[in-house]
Amino acid sequence: MEKNLAQYWKKNLSYMITLLTIWAVVSYGCGILFVEQLNAIKLGGFPLGFWFAQQGAIYVFVVLIFVYYLLMQKLDKEFDVHE
Amino acid sequence: MSILAWTYIMVGLTFTLYLSIAWFSRVTTTKGFYVAGGGVSPLANGMATAADWMSAASFISMAGLISFLGYTGSIYLLGWTGGYVLLALLLAPYLRKFGKYTVPDFVGDRYYSDVARFVALVCAIFVSFTYVAGQMRGVGIVFSRFLEVDVNTGVLIGMAIVFFYASLGGMKGITYTQVAQYCVLIFAYIIPAVFISMKITGNPIPQLGFGSTIAAGQDAGKFLLETLNGLNTDLGFSEYTKAFGPGSKSMLDVFCITMALMVGTAGLPHVIVRFYTVPNVRGARLSAGFALLFIAILYTTAPAVASFARYNMINTINNTSYSQAPDWVKNWEKTGLIAWADKNNDGVIQYRAGAPFAGKPSFSGEVGALGQKMLTNELTSNENEVYIDRDIMVLANPEIANLPPWVIALVAAGGLAAALSTASGLLLVISSSISHDLYYRMINRQATESQRLAVGRVMIGIAVCIAGYFGINPPGFVAQVVAFAFGLAASSFFPIIVLGIFSKRTNREGAVCGMIAGICFTFIYIVNIKFLGGSTWFMGISAEGIGTVGMVINFIVTLLVSSFTAAPPQEVQDMVESIRYPRGAGGAIDH
Repeated sequence: MEKNLAQYWKKNLSYMITLLTIWAVVSYGCGILFVEQLNAIKLGGFPLGFWFAQQGAIYVFVVLIFVYYLLMQKLDKEFDVHE
Repeated sequence: MSILAWTYIMVGLTFTLYLSIAWFSRVTTTKGFYVAGGGVSPLANGMATAADWMSAASFISMAGLISFLGYTGSIYLLGWTGGYVLLALLLAPYLRKFGKYTVPDFVGDRYYSDVARFVALVCAIFVSFTYVAGQMRGVGIVFSRFLEVDVNTGVLIGMAIVFFYASLGGMKGITYTQVAQYCVLIFAYIIPAVFISMKITGNPIPQLGFGSTIAAGQDAGKFLLETLNGLNTDLGFSEYTKAFGPGSKSMLDVFCITMALMVGTAGLPHVIVRFYTVPNVRGARLSAGFALLFIAILYTTAPAVASFARYNMINTINNTSYSQAPDWVKNWEKTGLIAWADKNNDGVIQYRAGAPFAGKPSFSGEVGALGQKMLTNELTSNENEVYIDRDIMVLANPEIANLPPWVIALVAAGGLAAALSTASGLLLVISSSISHDLYYRMINRQATESQRLAVGRVMIGIAVCIAGYFGINPPGFVAQVVAFAFGLAASSFFPIIVLGIFSKRTNREGAVCGMIAGICFTFIYIVNIKFLGGSTWFMGISAEGIGTVGMVINFIVTLLVSSFTAAPPQEVQDMVESIRYPRGAGGAIDH
């Protein structure tokens, strides 16, 4: 049981770190640090960096939370800690 | 029917709706009062959180700010949405499993210290008051422009409504009114945006529209954003989509402000407390997703509205003679939010980069040859003749785009919904901080249920009066203290809550030192800039972004001090262990 819970926590942390990395890349990476380079690429009428900062990153944020919800649903059941 | 009649109908209908919801969800227990009984569905909680979060500033001011800032406006879009990812992954599920009523509760119990509880309590109250004053002012402005009553009367009406439903229904009343308010405000935001998007680009989806080509007129066939870049350059502004152009913020500053807003969002007590109202951990994770989805609908529309508004605004007023200017210019001039100084005496409005005169407009009371209100301000030497307050872009947008009167009335009702929903959430945090954390936890542990409810209701009354006072007599520093709200939330709560969950070794000594170090640094830095005219001495980071540095200091101090001092007691470590696993999260428990 103890070992199982430790594994559950480790897995949770690895999901978290992966998702937070994506979170940082789309907002701070694409939207701020590399915005000028990305702006050279056009997405329709949008410069790409500008699009990430004002649209794309927000869409990704929403997806990240729902993905975390689904992953944890599965993990909770797998380790039998669900409610 | 006139705009005024439509507005009375819309505002009257929505207010009746809020009051009836409050009446049907009145409560008699502290659990109902503080956390809505812990039985709110994730979907409803998501909507309520979205309404709670999106304030008068989001609804009224944000698109206007972006419209003037262009790319740099992204700090608000990213900063006020990205925090929900942190909330959903790092805080909400664990705080829900912990299952008490307030943020100071968690801090006090996790760090087994009334000092920590008290520091958290003071921060929670300070942050909430900072915020609520702005909401009351927003209510007053909407009333004065759209219902033609005095700003002060508007504030008083708003106070009465909020007091009625917050004291009657507590968190439960607030939650279900916020669900209704979300629906009102999102319709009010989206409908005009769709109309305007159709008009300018022919695309009914604003999020796609502002990346499309212009449908008609002199710029037909050109991309909207490229046209805006051209217009901005012609008038002496930096390109609309250009990042870090001359005169705008540096990359480091944009980075720090975005981070401070994100982390601050995740640390704001009125947002965190919403996750105590759902039945279980799964509900907390899911409702964070719904909350951000509902927020994102407005936040992805706002930058589209911003670019449409800028295009329309430049085209309708620049190089138009004042006598032929559309009605909205004169309507807003009456409220003092637009002003025109005919510097070159040609009777034509010239809009250029730079401030037309120093400070806010002050009118002499006289009327010029063309009917314009005369100014007493000292004029600047540049060519710009127009002062436009950023706050009017959303409210004036439907008028600028010539939309039907009922749409304009809907926007007024939406602005009120946004301001009232946020105000009520904040007032509840203030009330529960005092009646639960201070009165019950620290002063009178023997208080009965009905005594505690009575104290909670009286505190809402007092808080409403203080908020109303600031709404009527706005201190000059309201706009400046917003930096405080986020800076302090970021540098105080966020690090110690995260460490409290993810590091069992973090102890009382570490948390108290960390909080004090983070807050003091942030507080002194902001006061030095905003009130004493000091410089942004730390790497040029502005007051709005310094919370990020305060947060890092808090993390470092907490970890360092914790590692030199004794580990927390075993029962606290066991508590930390238990909040990591969802099973067994009952309703929020009293203790």
